[in-house]
Amino acid sequence: MDTVSGDRWRGVVERTWRPAALMAALLVVWHLVTVTGLVEAYLVPSPARTFELMIDKWSYLWGHTWVTTVETVLGFVIAGVLGVLVAVAMVCSRTIESTAYPILLFAQVIPKIAIAPLFVVWLGFGFEPKVVVAVLMAFFPVVISTVTGLKSVDTEMLELAATMGGGPVKTFVKIRFPAALPHLFAGLKVAVTLAVTGAVVGEFVGSNEGLGYVILQANGNMDTPMLFAGLIVTSVVGVLLFLLLDLAEQLMLPWHASRRGAAVTTLPAKGGS
Amino acid sequence: MKTAGMTTTSASTSTVAISGVSVRFRSKRAETTAIERVSLDVAPGEFVSIVGPSGCGKSTLLKLVAGLLAPSSGSVALLGEQVRGPRRDIGFVFQRAALLEWRSARRNILLQAEMRGMNPAAAAERADELIEMTGLSGFENALPHELSGGMQQRVALCRALLHRPRVLLMDEPFGALDALTREQMNVELHRVWRETGTTVLLVTHSIAESVYLANRVVVLTRRPAVVQEVIEVGLPGTRDYSATMARPEFAAATAHIRDLLGAVTGHD
Ligand SMILES: Nc1ncnc2c1ncn2[C@@H]1O[C@H](COP(=O)(O)OP(=O)(O)OP(=O)(O)O)[C@@H](O)[C@H]1O
Ligand SMILES: [Mg+2]
Repeated sequence: MDTVSGDRWRGVVERTWRPAALMAALLVVWHLVTVTGLVEAYLVPSPARTFELMIDKWSYLWGHTWVTTVETVLGFVIAGVLGVLVAVAMVCSRTIESTAYPILLFAQVIPKIAIAPLFVVWLGFGFEPKVVVAVLMAFFPVVISTVTGLKSVDTEMLELAATMGGGPVKTFVKIRFPAALPHLFAGLKVAVTLAVTGAVVGEFVGSNEGLGYVILQANGNMDTPMLFAGLIVTSVVGVLLFLLLDLAEQLMLPWHASRRGAAVTTLPAKGGS
Repeated sequence: MKTAGMTTTSASTSTVAISGVSVRFRSKRAETTAIERVSLDVAPGEFVSIVGPSGCGKSTLLKLVAGLLAPSSGSVALLGEQVRGPRRDIGFVFQRAALLEWRSARRNILLQAEMRGMNPAAAAERADELIEMTGLSGFENALPHELSGGMQQRVALCRALLHRPRVLLMDEPFGALDALTREQMNVELHRVWRETGTTVLLVTHSIAESVYLANRVVVLTRRPAVVQEVIEVGLPGTRDYSATMARPEFAAATAHIRDLLGAVTGHD
């Protein structure tokens, strides 16, 4: 047991040290660029100043981060549920698929930043328009990936199900949907990062709270340290939500994760010792 | 060696009755006739192998019997009942094991029970029995990707046998296995067949396999497939592998089938 958890830690270290080293290197470059005076301090603040500000103003930042996170998660969850339902409907019926596809595509290609003001006009300055933009951003990848997943089941498996006489509902619950989960998770991971963008875009257009508001305010005041702080916090929110989904995927689809893992790393499989 | 174009069993008593069946596939560019007026009767408890050149329509024939495909003309009856849609009174084994990769070997076998709404306790007991019988003990909880190809095929076989089907349809079930595992699987399948009394229809590319396992071997021609000849294999019921291989009947039957297939494909 001990060696297994030891191996797991070694695995975590092995996977994280490279990206961590790269981050550190970027910080060093950022630092050097500012201390050597290569660029003016009011254009690019030093990392030290930025982080100092983040600590000083943490309660201000935290409040706005919370707002954006709630909008993002709400938008993501709505997009996830709606996306899966629409995908299921599209896979069940060719008519629905051919009817819905053009509309979906249209909704996807329309620039969200351009229609966001419309939602503000319709829904006011509260959190609703932000959530709507987040939903719009996150919806499409969920639908596309779920449809792909649901169609990825091989026909032999479905023929086999037919000879087992399970009926369409059981076939869906026991075969089609679980088979689609790896695709669904891939779509959800893309969707959650887009939902962050959606929420921030919504805040840009009309808001007095949220990280989009913080960034816009800082920009207006030429407060570059705050601007950088806002950008960093926004990215961290997106990355954390992404990692949360990655963790959920590993917990829910251990069969998939272990196979993927086996191909990528040299980690010993479960068991042993 | 005895050969017979058609069996004399009447449709009402035979387990599988294929009469004058043709299958045509229509695509945008062309129409392919896969099967042309094929008739075949399989008696209860009989083991029939089907051999023929690649692409001649063997899989199509099995799917017809399972009701996964409708014939363009002719009719198929299974257990005295016309085949109109997917039939659930059969067990089907495909060339690829077709296992659900998120389910353990045991739960893959039990999928059959869940889909049919069988009594879970009885199904579990039956699954353990089959696991034991096919030598999968110790691998019940392994996921498909942790099993060898031969083990995966055995799981597929257990799944097909779980509900004690009266008819077992197998489409090149051992095609992906190495020669030795294949022989082992042949011996196992033969034992299972003798123990269960199931009627078996086996599609295979291996002439030796077809003769070793079957009561009769159906040789199909190149597409459009018609029945070229039905060979009665006069081997004894219990078949020790090496001893059977050494028998003159075995050699005669395999040589004859090789001749027939060579004649239709043009190689020899
Ligand atoms: N759904 C389909 N649409 C069109 N043509 C098909 C379809 N299924 C099979 N065919 C054609 O019917 C013919 C017979 O196919 P089938 O799969 O039954 O061959 P087979 O004897 O099982 O071949 P193999 O030994 O290679 O598995 C082939 O020529 C194939 O191209
Ligand atoms: Mg085939």
